[in-house]
Amino acid sequence: MKPSDPGITWLEEKPLGLAERLYLPLFIQGLTTTARHMVSPKVTVSFPEQRPQVGNPLIYRGVHRLNRDPEGRVKCVACFLCATACPAHCIDIVASNSPWPDREKYPESFQIDELRCIFCGMCEEACPVDAIELTSLLDLTGKSREEMIFDKEKLLSVYDMTKDAEPMKSATLGGTL
Amino acid sequence: MNSLSTLLPSPTTLAALAKIGLLIGGLMTAAAYLVLLERWIAAWVQDRRGPNRVGIPLTKIRLFGLGQPLADGLKIILKEDFTPKHVDKVLYNAAPLVILAASLAIFAAIPFGSVLPPLNIPGLPDPVPFLVAPGLDVGVLWVFALSSIAVYGVLLGGWASNNKYGFLGGLRSSAQLVAYEIPLGLGLLGVVLAAGSLKLDTIMNAQAETGIWYAFAQPLGFLVFLVASFAEAARLPFDLPEAEQELVGGYHTEYSGIKLLLFLVAEFLHMITAAFLIVIMFLGGWHLWGVTGSGNEVSWAGAFLRFGVLSAKILAVIVFFMLVRWSWPRFRFDQLMNLAWKVMLPLGLANLVTVAAVEEFRPQLVAALGAGPASWLAIAIPWAVFFVGWIAAGVFTPSGTDNRPIRARGPLDIEHDLLEHELAGSR
Repeated sequence: MKPSDPGITWLEEKPLGLAERLYLPLFIQGLTTTARHMVSPKVTVSFPEQRPQVGNPLIYRGVHRLNRDPEGRVKCVACFLCATACPAHCIDIVASNSPWPDREKYPESFQIDELRCIFCGMCEEACPVDAIELTSLLDLTGKSREEMIFDKEKLLSVYDMTKDAEPMKSATLGGTL
Repeated sequence: MNSLSTLLPSPTTLAALAKIGLLIGGLMTAAAYLVLLERWIAAWVQDRRGPNRVGIPLTKIRLFGLGQPLADGLKIILKEDFTPKHVDKVLYNAAPLVILAASLAIFAAIPFGSVLPPLNIPGLPDPVPFLVAPGLDVGVLWVFALSSIAVYGVLLGGWASNNKYGFLGGLRSSAQLVAYEIPLGLGLLGVVLAAGSLKLDTIMNAQAETGIWYAFAQPLGFLVFLVASFAEAARLPFDLPEAEQELVGGYHTEYSGIKLLLFLVAEFLHMITAAFLIVIMFLGGWHLWGVTGSGNEVSWAGAFLRFGVLSAKILAVIVFFMLVRWSWPRFRFDQLMNLAWKVMLPLGLANLVTVAAVEEFRPQLVAALGAGPASWLAIAIPWAVFFVGWIAAGVFTPSGTDNRPIRARGPLDIEHDLLEHELAGSR
């Protein structure tokens, strides 16, 4: 393309005015901006003492939980859709015949390797019964790799811990169950 | 008894040693805490909180992060002091020592207060000044000579590192410091002319006596000196010698551990020196109207009040240095040189000529107009020169940025012109 091509729009920098060439107005402008930021409210959260505000807990993707139905049983029906959808292959389910009459199967063991998980939320989307959900818990720590593999009990306990603060999304969003 | 007293150092020597101890201790602590202040101000300007966790070791007491310098210092001292294989060992090791020794020795001639009340110690002349080397007649020259030697530390470090970033940093530093020492000297000469002395304490006393700080009497000199001392201290917007984004670390790229610490401390000492000089020469030193009085008759409270006023002013100047860091982008190297040679040098000369003329004709002015109007005129003339010089600098200096339309320059464009020319020829 030639410089004279009509398709090119040439943008020209404005020549400096007198105020700009004298430097002082810009000097004061710069210093005022700096001074304003010096005293403006700070955005840093002092983390352990102060919890960061999660914008919308409904769409935040933190630690997983396994939901319980009204009778306190695990909601999961061991359909393997979440494990199939998981791009990181971090969900491991062992299915077994359900002891309850209203469903065929239930998870005998349900493990999520939180270290492998990429928190994409696809398991939550795939779940047909809204059993697996991502909470807004964001500080996920542990002292060993084994500790970071969450089993069924731990995932259910996450539900017990967060159910009051974060009601099941299925209800809020008009879910399937 | 007589033989013992000859063995003991004289009271003057002891006083000098005490002052050296206080000064070095104070300066090192100040440098450490200024790093904390710098980090705080950087954080606040960027809407962050800054270091606020480290307090008293082994306790939960935080003290707003006042323990941070201790932690920082310990960390950098305990770090591995790695010497790369490709460096020139002797110069590489000498550079941090040169720069730190020079930056500390500068303070021998810099007063850090006024005087103490009479102590009546035999053998010690009263009053005792807050100055390590009192009566050094070449005070200002000493300061300048040693700040030039400190540049050698930068050059040696850059050269001995045998690294292209270090080398470029050293090169830039030498060019920049040589260029800015001239306006710095010109700004200073005005003050020396007006005070009639090279002693920094005499310069302060002169301002205290008249009550007119040289920043008011010589605004142009103040401006030139202020800008040049930013450049001398290699602070933003003049931090080209160590521009991190371009040169990694500049002249100290290859340094680590305690040697790096020495360089960084020396850098902060440069800034403290610059602040000292600005305050002492242009902002009245320890003088504050109606608070500190003037002359050498002081009480103990007065002596420390003067010390406090001086320290407060220096702190204010340093905070200004730190705020400026976050307000303006770095100059390009050609802009830096433009500013030094085409703006600061003429302005400094204009200031010098004005001050010289005013001081030369002051007796005649006083005789013709009386003392009051003459001193007003002696202030008005430099201010007039200041405004004229400022506007002239704005209007006439070549702009540092190329503001021509983009299509009026560049190789593409020239190529296109040639092509058109050829076409016209073939037609």
